[in-house]
Amino acid sequence: MENPAKSSPIIPDPFLTLSQVRKSFDGEVDVLKSLDMDISDGDFIGLIGPSGCGKSTVLKLIAGLIPPTSGTIEFSEQNLAEHLAYVFQDATLLPWKTVRDNVALPLQLKGVGEQARHNAANKFIELVGLNHAADLYPRELSGGMKMRVSIARALCVEPRLLLLDEPFGALDEMTRDILNEELLTLREATGWTAMFVTHSVSEAVFLSSKVIVLKPNPGEITECIDIPLDFPRTAATREDPVFVEMVVKVTKALRSVHVKGSD
Amino acid sequence: MFNSLKNSLFWPTIFGAILISLWYGSIALFAIPEYQLPPLHRIAEAGFEERNILLSGAGQTLIACLIGFFTSVFGGVVLSVLLASNPWAYKGVYPYILILKMTPVIVLAPIVILWAGQGLVSITIITFLICFFPIVVNTTMGLRSTDPGLVDLFKVYNGNSWQELLWLRLPAALPFFMTGLRVAAALTPIGALYGDTVAGMGSSDEAGLGFVVMIFSAQFKVPALFAAAFTACSIGFMFVGLVNLFSWWVLHKWHDAYLGDE
Repeated sequence: MENPAKSSPIIPDPFLTLSQVRKSFDGEVDVLKSLDMDISDGDFIGLIGPSGCGKSTVLKLIAGLIPPTSGTIEFSEQNLAEHLAYVFQDATLLPWKTVRDNVALPLQLKGVGEQARHNAANKFIELVGLNHAADLYPRELSGGMKMRVSIARALCVEPRLLLLDEPFGALDEMTRDILNEELLTLREATGWTAMFVTHSVSEAVFLSSKVIVLKPNPGEITECIDIPLDFPRTAATREDPVFVEMVVKVTKALRSVHVKGSD
Repeated sequence: MFNSLKNSLFWPTIFGAILISLWYGSIALFAIPEYQLPPLHRIAEAGFEERNILLSGAGQTLIACLIGFFTSVFGGVVLSVLLASNPWAYKGVYPYILILKMTPVIVLAPIVILWAGQGLVSITIITFLICFFPIVVNTTMGLRSTDPGLVDLFKVYNGNSWQELLWLRLPAALPFFMTGLRVAAALTPIGALYGDTVAGMGSSDEAGLGFVVMIFSAQFKVPALFAAAFTACSIGFMFVGLVNLFSWWVLHKWHDAYLGDE
């Protein structure tokens, strides 16, 4: 597989296209109103916005967990939808399975044999640095470790598109920063396009090649901000003046929609 | 493990000693005759004298317990899966299960005997009627309360509905099922004994403990009656103990209820 993480996000061919996607639940008020979005191969899209702007709904629509009320969601290649992985807000681990079996679950669902899926799982467990924990059960893990398992599980399907729904929202800031850095390192190693929902401006700027700011009631894109920071990014990136400048820019964009929003 | 056993036995032993002194003390103090409250050693003697009929009765009751229990577990789980698998089955069938449960077994028993005759079949059905409800209620609740995040997870990776049932809903319902199982285990000897008193067979080698109790009661063998009560009690303890052990074996590795138990 080529390594899209290394390529610049300027590649023009869209990878995933959302056109005029609208979503309302039970015919009530629109959660999302006419969303247009082009995702290119190698993008790391950060989705940010106040509560109720439908950030998570965008990911659920792309993953096919819920159907759009109108509009279309198209992948450039047929089999792309099968190379999609999802990291949920909670670690969503099966408590009765060991770390290894949890990581191997997507392969088990695809009917991969035990030996093969354990080999694959071991590889990704090692990649997220949890070798020593492979035989533990989820209740024995810390919040950060659980999230690592959840990421290893997503990587186990060798995804082309990785959807992450506020995966580090419940963790303390230190752990979150470290996991952010690890996530980018993993992307260098395994290469995937990402959509990352978050509440945190600095997290969005640090990770993304492009930050999309959504406004609530109904959810709409208000601004699309390119982040001109080179990959690979490290802890030092946070001290880069461009980083600080971008945090300020995204914060301003976010504040403007917050004032317009009802809360 | 040994220490905690020692700790958990300490207070029951103290209270047991107090209870036994009260037992003997009140017999002596109020001159209670043996046909009202036999002293413990007389109960032990009677138990030993009647050991053949007690043991064979216990054996028969145990068989009835096992058959009734496993029928309830199997029927309860199948029913729960059906109830949880589609909403209209739940809405349509559940009220009738409630009706069946709300009708006292004492009323149902004569009808059961009318249909199935005296003997083990009727006893099994009566035991089932008493035991299946906690299993159905708990297991259905467990199957219906699967974490929606985990359901989404299975959907994202294209798990089919069989995989979802076998690898997600059933294991997630296990702790609930175990709760139902424990309640059912405690009810099983009651069902089997009651079934025996109304549908049991009188011949000596087929009589269950329930029938033995009726015989002792008719013959006014009070110490033996108490011995039968202790025997029934120990069957109940054994049953509940085995189910608790099973529950521990299934859940201890991963369930929070057994955290720090290793």
